[in-house]
Amino acid sequence: MKYLKNFGAEFRKNKPLFSMIAPAFILTLVLSYIPMVGLILAFKEWNFAGGVFGSKWNGLANFRFLFASGKGWLITRNTILYNLLNLVTSQALAIVLSIFITEIRAKYFKKITQSLIFLPYFISWVLVGIFVFAIFNYETGMLNNLRASFGKEPYNIYQVPGIWPFLICAFNSWKWSGYNSVIYIAAITGVDQEIYEAAAIDGANIFQRIRHIMLPCIRPTVVTMLLLQIGRILRGDFEMFYQIVGSNGQLYDMTDVIDTYVFRSLTTSSNIGMTTAAAFYQSAVCFIVIIVVNAIVKKIDADYALF
Amino acid sequence: MAANTSGFEGASKIKNSPSSMIFYIIAYIVVAFMAIVCLVPFLIMVSGSFTAEKYITFHGFNIYPVEFSTSAYQIIFKNPATVAKAYGVSIYVTLLGTFLGLMITAATSYVLGRKDFKYRNKFSFFFYFTTLFNGGLVCTYIFFVRYLHLSNSLWAIILPGMFSVFNMLIMRTFVVGIPTALIESAKIDGAGEYRIFFSIILPLLKPGLATIGLFLALAYWNNWYNAMLFITDTDKFPLQYMLYNTLQKAEAMSRIAAQAGIVVADVPSNSLKMAMAVVATGPILIVYPFVQKYFVAGITIGSVKG
Repeated sequence: MKYLKNFGAEFRKNKPLFSMIAPAFILTLVLSYIPMVGLILAFKEWNFAGGVFGSKWNGLANFRFLFASGKGWLITRNTILYNLLNLVTSQALAIVLSIFITEIRAKYFKKITQSLIFLPYFISWVLVGIFVFAIFNYETGMLNNLRASFGKEPYNIYQVPGIWPFLICAFNSWKWSGYNSVIYIAAITGVDQEIYEAAAIDGANIFQRIRHIMLPCIRPTVVTMLLLQIGRILRGDFEMFYQIVGSNGQLYDMTDVIDTYVFRSLTTSSNIGMTTAAAFYQSAVCFIVIIVVNAIVKKIDADYALF
Repeated sequence: MAANTSGFEGASKIKNSPSSMIFYIIAYIVVAFMAIVCLVPFLIMVSGSFTAEKYITFHGFNIYPVEFSTSAYQIIFKNPATVAKAYGVSIYVTLLGTFLGLMITAATSYVLGRKDFKYRNKFSFFFYFTTLFNGGLVCTYIFFVRYLHLSNSLWAIILPGMFSVFNMLIMRTFVVGIPTALIESAKIDGAGEYRIFFSIILPLLKPGLATIGLFLALAYWNNWYNAMLFITDTDKFPLQYMLYNTLQKAEAMSRIAAQAGIVVADVPSNSLKMAMAVVATGPILIVYPFVQKYFVAGITIGSVKG
């Protein structure tokens, strides 16, 4: 009661400030919090007439159905493996690039290459999908064009599921390397220049400078990026998977992640209950993982914790 | 990008040993290679759009146009109704969304950046929590369509993109940089909170507004996902989603052909796809050199804040 009274007093005192924060508050409440209520559908048997509140409860049947078909495990495995693969490759590439870029001294070379590497961040995944088409499609793709000029048979990439993890990983790294290297370059150049110069004067060679100055500089950034990604361990980048893979059914075993599966179920079979169960499972696991990992990190070194 | 990457000039005075020479050679080669890998798809796109369809059918795409032709562009611009409409939708969504988003982000960041605002931690958590847990696609979809009736409304694209915690955190860094004394003295001079926000804070936030405005504009311009979920009326397709449709659906292609008065069988579909991609991406590629540095600044601040 006292709390409410305090809030009321504060509200009267700072009405303009509250009114300025109100739009974002209402927007978040309506667009993010209210839809969470819909998660109860994960425990209900959806019927269209009943909607969110009128449908009948059916316990854990939706979850059982999701995992009994084997589909639940498959998409969980794919999502986790893709996230780990993409995390390692994209961060490693960005770190290498940022170290090289900070060391390169030819001004125009540096400027132009940086601009080009940053460019993929600015385009939509739709355009990336068009690039995939232009390079890999069977009839007119650039890859088969090149193969033909070497007298080799055309290659139908859509019939080789095993190659797709590499392709997706390559495009992911390609799109994000510029963005991520901006972050790492900021971390490297954020250090006091004098330390670097002193090391150079003391005779530290480039490898010692990387080992003892640059890598320690980017360590906090690496940890932050890792934590952010671990908090999304069960979330797939829907736009990327959808645009790169498209609706090639024979690739689903290798490329289906929770997000693409949920989308497809929603648009085709309309098994709302099971689809919500998948979304609930995804959100809940991510939430628990990030809370636990963050708590552990906080214990080891509070500076690295996200919150 | 140059602003942040002045490098370590002091080091250049030191003589290079053979092993560090090898390091630099590798550095130049790797960076140049990556830059080329980033450039090539764009070259294929542009060259494909200017290549005669017959050549593409027989030989495939190339990084430079072997048989030059502008017929794909002629088809698009002969009756540009589809493209013009999509452009209109994209511009409308981008302008309105960016403006509203900027206002909301600036106001929220300002209030949360005010140290004398007692509930700022509670509100911050309220916003931050949505990045940890959410209802997911199905719940959002059902809620938008069934309860908010946003099918075929451009608000279904604008509303979800207006406010993000990431943008708010970046903007708050700019707000915190404004000296509190300024607000205090304005208060003493009798200015109200709204007055302070609009005539003192907003002008001082210009660099932050530019950065966040560009992040918002880019996200709106590139958005196709919300359009795919909520928009079925082809007149309301934004550019990127129209582009996706042209690539995926033969009917979308034949609509453009019909408007240009060509038989469907004669449509240069391969070069037309690339030409559409160029037309849809053109604005971004044109402004890119001028806005790059704002994005670098924004990303740098965002990464420092975590």
